[in-house]
Amino acid sequence: MTELHDAFAAPGALTPAGAKPIVRLEGLEKYFGSNHVLRGCTLEVYPKETICIIGRSGSGKSTLLRCTNFLEEPTVGTIEVDGLRVEADPLHAWDRDHQERIRQIRLRAQMVFQEFNLFPHMTVLQNLIEGPTRVKGVPEAEAVATAEKYLDKVGLREKRDEFPGRLSGGQKQRVAIARALTMEPKVLLFDEPTSALDPTLVGEVLKVMAELAHEGATMIVVTHEMAFAREAADQVYFIEEGVFVEAGPPDEVIERPKDPRTRQFLSRLLHTV
Amino acid sequence: MASVQASAAMVEAVARSRRRDQLRFRLSFFTTWLVLVAIIVGGLAAAGKIDLEFLGRHQAFILGGIPVTIIVAASSIAIAVILAIVGALGRLSSNPVIYGLASFYVSLVRGTPLLVQILFVYLALPQIWIEFAKIPLIVLGIFALAFNYGAYMTEIFRAGIQAIHRGQLEAAAALGMTGRLTMRRIVLPQAIRIVTPAIGNEFIAMIKDSALVSIIGVQELLWRAQRAGTPEFRLLESLLVAALVYWILTIVFSLLQDRLEKRMAESDRRL
Repeated sequence: MTELHDAFAAPGALTPAGAKPIVRLEGLEKYFGSNHVLRGCTLEVYPKETICIIGRSGSGKSTLLRCTNFLEEPTVGTIEVDGLRVEADPLHAWDRDHQERIRQIRLRAQMVFQEFNLFPHMTVLQNLIEGPTRVKGVPEAEAVATAEKYLDKVGLREKRDEFPGRLSGGQKQRVAIARALTMEPKVLLFDEPTSALDPTLVGEVLKVMAELAHEGATMIVVTHEMAFAREAADQVYFIEEGVFVEAGPPDEVIERPKDPRTRQFLSRLLHTV
Repeated sequence: MASVQASAAMVEAVARSRRRDQLRFRLSFFTTWLVLVAIIVGGLAAAGKIDLEFLGRHQAFILGGIPVTIIVAASSIAIAVILAIVGALGRLSSNPVIYGLASFYVSLVRGTPLLVQILFVYLALPQIWIEFAKIPLIVLGIFALAFNYGAYMTEIFRAGIQAIHRGQLEAAAALGMTGRLTMRRIVLPQAIRIVTPAIGNEFIAMIKDSALVSIIGVQELLWRAQRAGTPEFRLLESLLVAALVYWILTIVFSLLQDRLEKRMAESDRRL
């Protein structure tokens, strides 16, 4: 573990002095039964940063992201988003207070899923205003205006009254991104957002994500898209068997990986693509 | 160019021949049914077993049971749907007491005959509290049917709710929705869509099972048929009419259900 920490750039070294992390994951561990999936992951994200988490399937990268908004309750660890600190508490996971704190984390950290998970019985617009009106109590007119703003951003204003079933995969994912944005979160979590897409549709989603990254959205992205990581990430974390093996700016981790495991992963990825 | 025209004509000819085949199939099908009905009814009439004069005198009375039957079946289904939603939520509850209550209800109802339940409501409940005897018979009948069907439909709704993709729940949770809001806004609307065809089947079954409440004196179709036929020993005629009416009702509602399902399938293409 110590040698791993040494491999990390010291927190704050890559961002302006005095900046405070907006997301902090401390010592996250997760067991599924006896399967030790996360073995102590620590991660800090500073405002406006984009973090890419890379690693082979089964390495724990999706679990890590899903622990961040408690879709999985971590076994051990602390999650802090925008000043709200929540300790993993698997023994009391269903306590009302704990659930409420988790909900507050989720309002701050919105997730975009691999499978989009749009609500099929609602139009695009209804999908976008459901959270703001029902969860945050935003007046409907205001929510609609916000929704349209973000539909413009993802270039799908003309689809506002369509049902999700009528959209292509790429369009669905862009709507899902807009849905997350309408909640005005502090950080966006992307869980392999292009893995379920037809290869021809990956580009339009990555383009929207890259724009968001460059406009200063704070993002944590679990992805296999190295080109995106190279272009948009401030920090790349390589995870293997539930621990971060290597972290740093993309031109170090992706271009000149130090750890042999990172090197092996990247060369395999390049050969299969 | 010539070959293109030839193939277009060919396509048209094939389509026309297929339409003709379909029409022929339907005609033969309807003829078969007509012949069967004619043999049964005509045969009985020719043998002098059917008293048409009796039917003429009593048809208005017997057919007057149709609206009663439909009202009983429709009200029972409506109440059963509500019981089934509550029951299904109970069967999916992580609270052992609520789960226990719901399972008890389902097990009790499914483990006893519907006829016993109807008689119990009518004959046994007043022994517990005499005021039950003042409740109109039709209300008792509807209650018994709804109570019974609610239990069976509990399992239908439970399956419908469980059919909702896990990602839907995760998306709702990720938006910050509470469990209750997720159930109301995301799960139930989709589950009800899924179980609508099954509710249609239950309604058709209910039309037939509603005949059972004739035993407690609800004046629906079967009760009226028996009432008209018994004094004159003309039960062949009256029960034949009742059976035909039940049959026609189920056919009509099946057709309506087919239509509804087709419409839903069409709107599902949006989904």
